[in-house]
Amino acid sequence: MTAAETETPETPLSAPLDVGFDYTRSVGPVLGRFVNALRERRVMGVRGDDGRVHVPPVEYDPDTARALTDFTDVADEGTVVSWSWVAEPLEGQPLQRPFAWALIRLDGADTCLLHAVDAGSPSKISTGMRVKARWADATVGHIRDIVCFTGVDAPPDDPAPAPPAPPVAEQAEGEPVRTVITPIHLHYLHSASPEESRYLRGLAEGRLLGQRCPACGKVYVPPRGACPTDGVPTTDEVELPDTGIVTTFCIVNVPFLGQRIKPPYVAAYILLDGADIAFLHLVLGCEASEVRMGMRVRAAWKPREEWSTTLENIAHFEPTGEPDAPYESFAHHL
Amino acid sequence: MTDVAVVGFAQSPSVRRTQGTTNGVEMLVPIFKEVFEQTGLSKRDIGFWCSGSSDYLAGRAFSFIAAIDAIGAFPPIHESHVEMDAAWALYEAWLKIRMGEVDTALVYGFGKSSAGQLRRVLALQLDPYVVAPLWPDSISLAGLQARLGMEAGLWSEKDLAEVAARSRRDAAGNPFAQVSGDTEVAELLDTPFVADPLRAHDIAPVTDGAAVIVLASAERARDLAERPAVITGIDHRVDSPGLGVRDLTRSPSTASAGRAAGAGTDVEIAELHAPFTHQELIVRDALGLGEQVRINPSGGALTGNPMFSAGLVRIGEAARQILAGNARRTLAHATSGPALQQNLVAVLERG
Amino acid sequence: MGKQLAAVLGTGQTHHRAKRTDVSMPGLLREAVDRAMADARVDWPDIDAVVVGKAPDMFEGVMMPELFLADALGANGKPLLRVHTAGSVGGSTALVAASLVQAGVHRRVLTVAYEKQSESNAMWALSIVPPFQMPVGAGAGGYFAPHVRSYIRRSGAPEHVGAIVAAKDRRNGALNPFAHLRQADITVESVRASQMLWDPIRYDETCPSSDGACAMVLGDEAAGDAVEGGAAWIHATAMRTEPTTFAGRDQVNPQAGRDAAAALWREAGITDPLSQVDVAEIYVPFSWFEPMWLENLGFMPEGEGWKLTEAGETAIGGRLPVNPSGGVLSSNPIGASGMLRFSEAAKQVMGRAGDYQVDDARTALGHAYGGGSQYFSMWVVGSAKPGN
Repeated sequence: MTAAETETPETPLSAPLDVGFDYTRSVGPVLGRFVNALRERRVMGVRGDDGRVHVPPVEYDPDTARALTDFTDVADEGTVVSWSWVAEPLEGQPLQRPFAWALIRLDGADTCLLHAVDAGSPSKISTGMRVKARWADATVGHIRDIVCFTGVDAPPDDPAPAPPAPPVAEQAEGEPVRTVITPIHLHYLHSASPEESRYLRGLAEGRLLGQRCPACGKVYVPPRGACPTDGVPTTDEVELPDTGIVTTFCIVNVPFLGQRIKPPYVAAYILLDGADIAFLHLVLGCEASEVRMGMRVRAAWKPREEWSTTLENIAHFEPTGEPDAPYESFAHHL
Repeated sequence: MTDVAVVGFAQSPSVRRTQGTTNGVEMLVPIFKEVFEQTGLSKRDIGFWCSGSSDYLAGRAFSFIAAIDAIGAFPPIHESHVEMDAAWALYEAWLKIRMGEVDTALVYGFGKSSAGQLRRVLALQLDPYVVAPLWPDSISLAGLQARLGMEAGLWSEKDLAEVAARSRRDAAGNPFAQVSGDTEVAELLDTPFVADPLRAHDIAPVTDGAAVIVLASAERARDLAERPAVITGIDHRVDSPGLGVRDLTRSPSTASAGRAAGAGTDVEIAELHAPFTHQELIVRDALGLGEQVRINPSGGALTGNPMFSAGLVRIGEAARQILAGNARRTLAHATSGPALQQNLVAVLERG
Repeated sequence: MGKQLAAVLGTGQTHHRAKRTDVSMPGLLREAVDRAMADARVDWPDIDAVVVGKAPDMFEGVMMPELFLADALGANGKPLLRVHTAGSVGGSTALVAASLVQAGVHRRVLTVAYEKQSESNAMWALSIVPPFQMPVGAGAGGYFAPHVRSYIRRSGAPEHVGAIVAAKDRRNGALNPFAHLRQADITVESVRASQMLWDPIRYDETCPSSDGACAMVLGDEAAGDAVEGGAAWIHATAMRTEPTTFAGRDQVNPQAGRDAAAALWREAGITDPLSQVDVAEIYVPFSWFEPMWLENLGFMPEGEGWKLTEAGETAIGGRLPVNPSGGVLSSNPIGASGMLRFSEAAKQVMGRAGDYQVDDARTALGHAYGGGSQYFSMWVVGSAKPGN
């Protein structure tokens, strides 16, 4: 758990949430020309309907929306049109030491390319400065084949270390690049609501704490920041037993990326005794084919030393062996 | 077509970090209550609901769905959502009233900008093939735009500091602002660069917040507010995404939206959504707002910029001046996207 | 002056495939947009505004992608809106576009919805587990399968009804040159022999994961009058939302869907949907949702939707052909799937549905739903102007 402020029993819980994927982007015919030229250390633009040469090329003219196909080579050297200074580079940026972002008009182009300039300090870059592409040692057909730009007249004495090349999509030897890969990894702090936090802290003690909505009287577990039918926070705490019934379920047979439980498994809606809403959990302790709607179940807790503020403290639910609840008793929970 | 008026407005405090969830429920529940008290309406009286928010701000797919818990959306509601600032949700709601389908609408926006690293998250708004893979952050992009204007002689660092000083001074009267106070321009210019040529005062603070507006047909509005703020014009436009293609020192989309909305004549107060000091100057110029127009009496986005509701807040603040009887004709502007790419303008009048 | 008349002037869609690696995202959208504009016989200067819809931004890893797509959509200098209402988004996007015309703001509006699922992996994006939660989620199939089980229990429907839907929709898809899955030889038996993925949902009863886009040009009365062969006139629209979960929620036959349908039929002047609607394009991502939505929409009494399906009445030539285009079971570019339903309904009443044209289709339903069966959007389009 991370809590920047002093944590009290009332402070909502929070924890890091990382969201990451290496996106595979098919580039199509126009951007395809561009990235394949980059792989050969060439820069290519496309001529717009007004005669302007766009670099990077655009697939459709910004004014007429017409598909553009008139390609032309431009230089890998040009002029800084504007710049701003990055004192503390962010994750993923081209250089990991202070650098400038610049709009660069390459010779032969009419529009500007945005890229990094390895200038050393803000005093060593200015509008109008001539800069030249610094190419990666191994080019793969990606905008990052240009590591950065450097001053033509005064290149840095100690060039910044080049970051590793981006991952490359599978392709046959000698084939043009059709897909580029862009890793996108973001870091968030996920917070639970105050109501959910009380429930999670209860779980850490092996207790199941729901709350009753002051308006409709329904018992929610987990409790809610707002009762979904009344729009007011749930309030009165209700301690619930760790027994209940399966209202409905499915058997997950399909593996997928990021899955944390090995299939096949039974994902079931569990309605705790005394609660008015079911939640999803696992049912084990019998054959999947034996799980039934209305089956009585009890929580199987993990060993106490493994408990924390999560519903995962309950490893799964398992049958109690009691008679099934009659359908009529839970039909309104389906 | 039916005229539409703002009859209620509430906002949460613009804070640097809430402890709440990314679905906005904790921020929305109290402000829904507040607008219902203002207007005497209850949730069952609302004909249409529309919200603006972002999955990437929250770091979760479908993050807006949990927000409807704050409504208590059962029995079911007539509802829609835009992945844009809620000013555009207001536009969608305006359509629904205008065509006579409903006579009241509630519009809300929310965002917990502090959940991720905002300026890095916003890099994902850029071209995903040849720009976003370099992760240009939103503050650096604004810096490129600011320098273009400086070097073209359109504004100076001092002009920008004056915008900041005025905004902070005005924000002292705004209990919801995050940044406020009396500061001298010289003092501000003495501070270090954050992203040369931008200093801290040039950049809107990272802000968590939410806002809500209640709209009604002009006819219904008379029963709900003493001085409803009638929307006499509203329009929005987008410019090319090409940062190296368009002239970043101008905002043609603001200018054309302003023309279509009827901006420029007799506006007393304008609430402009400028997350960077120089962008206020670009927007003022595009809208042709002269010296006589009072700009951002609330302090503006520079003193509190809740992502996905800051534009709606501008409309709310412009309406509030009419609802409170301080003005007869006001203007609101909202922006979205990198370097003022997309802009909305609304003109409001006392009904 | 009240609501103005609005009509579909033309429609277009991409060839839907698992991976459209031959095009970029702008290229994918333009394939649909160019077809829609050609079908509507309009050019860029005719378009007053653009409305874009798609499901979560994380599917493609672009935040508010309509911003970078503005060039490709000819939107520069024009109003551009972006709608996101979960899986119903394709439908609600069309409805926002329609409201721009119905409110008298614009004469012609381009609307487009898309998903390029191959940029990432939808199962991943839908199964990201936030801290503190139990990681039992398994994508959309895992979410909906328990509710399908509840439907089967509640209605007493025989087990093979799901397979009947799947076989019918896939065979219909074989008539549609744009469909992702075109399986002319599929049978109820082969569906029932396919792998059980999320018991009780089998592999062949599950929608594919597609790249694709759908576009429409909507216009006002004058523009509709000018359409050769007749426009598709919008007779009624409806949207309703309810929370994902609440105590006592009916997840099989959600109130939001019933309310939306009731409002829709009322506005369209339809008192007996089964008799008065000629063809329906209904959002059926898992086969069992056909009978479920037949009930939710009021075509059949509760618990009896499966009887219409089992009797073969939802096939082309039946009493109510459902998804003659092949539906979501044949193509599922998530964000576009709802707009495909809306545009396929329009194509039917315009007589432009090709090999899967339903004879004498004059009134058609387009339907979409999303989230946990909680967002509904629908429209009724007709070959005649409303009131005529």
